[in-house]
Amino acid sequence: MSAVEEMSSQEGANQLADVVVRFAGDSGDGMQLTGSNFTEATALYGNDLATFPDFPAEIRAPAGATFGVSAFQIYFGSDEVSTAGDQVDVLIAMNPAALITNLKDLVPGGLIVVDVDAFTDKNMTRAGYTASPIEDGSLDAYRVLPIEISKQVLEAVKPYGLSHKFAVRCKNMWTLGLVMWLFDRDRTVTIENLEKKFANKPDIAQANIAALNSGHAYGETAELPTGVEVYSVPKAQVAPGLYRNTTGSDALAYGLIAGGQLANLPITFASYPITPASSLLHTLSQNKEFNVVTFQAEDEIAAVCAAIGASFAGSLGVTSSSGPGISLKGEAISLASATELPLVIVNTQRGGPSTGLPTKTEQSDLNQAMFGRHGDTMLPVISSSTSVDCFDVAIEACRLAVQFMTPVILLSDGYMANASEPWLVPDIHDYEPFPVTFEENPDGFTPANRDEETLARVWAKPGTPGLEHRIGGIEKSFETGDISYEPENHQKMTDVRKDKIDGIARYIPEQKVATGETSGKLAVVGWGSTYGAIHQAVKRCRQVKMDVSHIHIRYLNPFPTNLGELLAGYDKVLIPEMNTGQLVNVIRSKYLIDAQPLNKISGQPFKISEVENAIKSLLEA
Amino acid sequence: MNAPVENLTAKDFASDQEVRWCPGCGDYAILKTIQKTMPELGVARENQVFVSGIGCSSRFPYYMNTYGFHTIHGRAPSIATGVKLANPELDVWVVTGDGDGLSIGGNHLMHLLRRNVDLQLLLFNNEIYGLTKGQYSPTSKVGTRSPSTPDGSVDMPLRPCVFALGAGARFVARTIDTEAKHMGPVLQRAHAHKGTSFVEIYQNCPVYNDGIFDQIKEKKTAADTRLVLEHGKPLTFGADNEKGIRLNAQTLMLEVVTIGEDGVTEDDIVVHDETNKILAQMLAGLKLPEFPEPIGVIYCEATAPSYTDDVYQQRLVVREQKGEADLNALLRTGHTWTVS
Repeated sequence: MSAVEEMSSQEGANQLADVVVRFAGDSGDGMQLTGSNFTEATALYGNDLATFPDFPAEIRAPAGATFGVSAFQIYFGSDEVSTAGDQVDVLIAMNPAALITNLKDLVPGGLIVVDVDAFTDKNMTRAGYTASPIEDGSLDAYRVLPIEISKQVLEAVKPYGLSHKFAVRCKNMWTLGLVMWLFDRDRTVTIENLEKKFANKPDIAQANIAALNSGHAYGETAELPTGVEVYSVPKAQVAPGLYRNTTGSDALAYGLIAGGQLANLPITFASYPITPASSLLHTLSQNKEFNVVTFQAEDEIAAVCAAIGASFAGSLGVTSSSGPGISLKGEAISLASATELPLVIVNTQRGGPSTGLPTKTEQSDLNQAMFGRHGDTMLPVISSSTSVDCFDVAIEACRLAVQFMTPVILLSDGYMANASEPWLVPDIHDYEPFPVTFEENPDGFTPANRDEETLARVWAKPGTPGLEHRIGGIEKSFETGDISYEPENHQKMTDVRKDKIDGIARYIPEQKVATGETSGKLAVVGWGSTYGAIHQAVKRCRQVKMDVSHIHIRYLNPFPTNLGELLAGYDKVLIPEMNTGQLVNVIRSKYLIDAQPLNKISGQPFKISEVENAIKSLLEA
Repeated sequence: MNAPVENLTAKDFASDQEVRWCPGCGDYAILKTIQKTMPELGVARENQVFVSGIGCSSRFPYYMNTYGFHTIHGRAPSIATGVKLANPELDVWVVTGDGDGLSIGGNHLMHLLRRNVDLQLLLFNNEIYGLTKGQYSPTSKVGTRSPSTPDGSVDMPLRPCVFALGAGARFVARTIDTEAKHMGPVLQRAHAHKGTSFVEIYQNCPVYNDGIFDQIKEKKTAADTRLVLEHGKPLTFGADNEKGIRLNAQTLMLEVVTIGEDGVTEDDIVVHDETNKILAQMLAGLKLPEFPEPIGVIYCEATAPSYTDDVYQQRLVVREQKGEADLNALLRTGHTWTVS
C-alpha cells in the first residue's frame, strides 16, 4: 500500500512517516531545478532526506521523447533516510513520455500529477501510447490528478508579458508550488533562489514566482479528490547542529580545499571535462580565493601531467575524471608512483565500458583502480560511501598522498556525486592537521632519502638552494636516486614501493562494523555508494531478528589490518556491488573465503529491497 | 628571479652523471652551449628546472646540475605547465625532440604555445627516432628509408617552426647544434622573452640520420644554404651577400634573387622584421633546395602576457572581491538550518 493510500485510509490522520516523490519531464522542463528547490525546502523543514537526480546524456533531446526524460527523486521522512527510496509514492509527470517511463516505479495506489495539456496526440504517439492513459482506465490502480498545468501557468504569468515560449517554461515552478502545498513546504527559499537566478531578468523571476504561488494556491482552493490534501511528514530526529545540503561533488571539492589547508600546501587541480566528474572542476574554479589553482587542460593526459608537475614544484597536484579518462591517465599515474610524488586522482565512476552510460552510476572501476596500470604500480585506493562522506575521504586522500609520497585513487561515483543530502556542517578546526615539511638541508641529501618508518621519499622542491636534483621514470638507485639498471636494485626498489603501500595499513583505522556485531551468520560487505541501501536493508532485517551485520570498506588498498580476521568471524559474506563482482574477487583471493556476490549493473543504485531479499535468501538457505 | 648569482661557470651546471649519448651526437654540443650560457642568464641554479619527455634529447635534464624531471613520452609541456602553475617564479626549460614534441606530444606542444606559458622549449630536430633505433619521424623528409619504412616514408613532414607559429607561438627561433656562437645569443633571447619561447635546434644523429644538415652546417656550402636572420637587416646570403630574398608582389611569395642581376637592387631585398608574423610564417617555411634555411629569431612578439601571469592576476582580483578565504565560512554559505 502506498504511503499516500495508507494515510487517506486512516480517517483524519494526515501524517506520513516518509514519502518518495519523483519529478519527471522533458530534459528541457527544468526537473532538476524543481527537485533541488524542493530538496532545499524539505531540508529546511527538518526532514531527513536523500535524492537521486537521474538525467539523460542528451542535453536537449527532442521534446516528448522517452529517451529525453529527466527525473529527480527525493525520499524524505521523519526517520533516518539513507537512500533515494525503492518505490515512488508521488509521481509528477510533465508529459506522456515521463509517465510511461516512470510508472513502473510507482507504488500501487500512488499519486500521479499529470499536465493534461501535454497529453496531445503527438506527444502520446511519440511516447508509445495508442490511447490516452488518463482516460482509458490504465491508471486505475493509481490516484490520478490530471491538471491543465500549461493553461494555469499561462494565466498566472500573463501580467508579465512573456512570449508563449518563456511563459510555458514556468510550468515546472507551478508544479513545484502544488507539491509544496501538498507537503506543507515553505516557498521562501525558492522565491529567493528565483530572484537570484534571474537577477538580470526580473520579469522572468516574477513570472516564475507567480507560477509557483499559483500552483500553491491551486492546491489550497481547487476541489481536489478525497485524500489529496496537505500531508505532514514530521521532522526527523537528527543530531543537533548547523546543517546544509550538499552533493558529493561539492563535498569532495571542499574536502580537497580542506586537505590542502591541513597539509599546509597549495592545491593545483588539473582536469579535463567529462561527465559526471566536471562539477568538481566547476566548484573549485569558483573558489579561487583559497589556495587553489585550477587548470582545464587540453586532455586527460595533460591534466594528470600538470598535476604531477605541480607536485614536483611543491603543490599538491590533484586530477579528476571518470573511468575512460582515468584510463588515459594511467601511464602518468605510474610516473608519479615511480618518482614517488604525491598526487590525488578522483574517479567519479559511471557506467562503462567506453562511453557506456555517462550520466548513470556504476562501481565498475575498482579493478582499474587496483590493477589498471603497467608494471608493478601499487597505489592506495579509498572510496567514499555517501555524498557527505566525500568531504572526509577527500581529506584522507590528501593525507595519504603527502604522508606517503604516492598517488592516491579516490573512488566516487555518479550517484553520490550528484545526489544531495543534509550535512551536519563540520568545523575544519576539528580535523588533525598533517603539515608537510619540505627538505631544506643539503647535508647528506639525495632525492632517494626516505623516512624509515613510512618509507616515504623526501620531498625537496625546486627553488631550494643546494638540493638541485633530477628525478624521472627510469629506475633509480635505492641509495642515490641516480639512474640504475642493476638487477638487485630493481628488486629492492620494487619491494620498497610495495612495502610502502602495504605499510599504509598501519596508518589507517581498523575496519569497524557499521551496523551489527563483529561476528555472526552473515556480513554484508560493501564499498562506495551502496552504503545507504545496504544500511537500510540490514537495519530492516535486524528488526525482524535476523543475524546480519553491515561492514562498509573505505580503505580498499591496502585493506585495514583486521579485515581478514573480522570477515572470518561470519558464516557467510555477501558483497553487493554495482559491477560484475570486483571487490568480491579481491576478497576471495586475498582472504580465501567464500564471499558471495550480489551484482546490479543497470546504471541505477540498489534498491533496499534487492539487498534485503538477498540477505533473506542467504539466511534462509 | 634575476637575483644576484655567485660567479658560476659552465662547470657548475654540469651534473655528476656520466653523459651517455652516442659518440658524435649533436646533443653533446648543445649540452655544452647550454651549460655555458646558463651562468650568463643571472638565474640561481636552484630556480632552474629542466623538464623533458622521452627520447635521446630527453635525457638532457640528467646532465644539468639544476632541478630536473625526466617524464614520459610527449608530456613534458604538460608537466612543465604544472610546474609553472605551482610556482611561476621558477625558470623552466623544456627539452624535447621531433618525435617527442611533434608526434606523441604534438597536442600538448600546440596548447603550450597557444597558452603562452612562460618557459623556454628547445626542440632538438634530427628528423629521426634515435632511441627506438631509427624509425622515421614526423619531420623526416619524404622517402626516408628506415626500419619501419624500408621503401621510403610517404607522409609529408612537419616544419617545426611553421607548426609553432600556427599554434600561436610568440617567440620562434632556429639554431644549429654545433654553432655555439649562434646558439648562445638565441638562447639568451629565448630566455629574455616572456611567454613560451620555441627554439628549434638542427641536431645531427650520427647513427641513424647522419649528415642530414651537412649542407647547412659545412663551411663550403653554408653561405648559400643558410639565411642568417637579424632584425632590421636585409635578408641576404651567399659568399658575398650577393643573393637575397624578395617578395614577389604578384604571387605574394618569397623568391631568391641576385643583386645586380635583372635590375635587382639592395632596395628590393626584404628587411627582416621579427615582429611581422606574416613574414615569419613565410620564412619558417623556406627550405632547401629552393631556398636557404633561416636561422636566428624568426618571430618575436613581446607584448602578450604569459599564461601564469593572467591566472594569478585573476586570482588576485577574486581575492580582492571576496576577501580573506575562510573554509568554515564557505561551508556555511547558502541555505543552512539549525537543529537544536
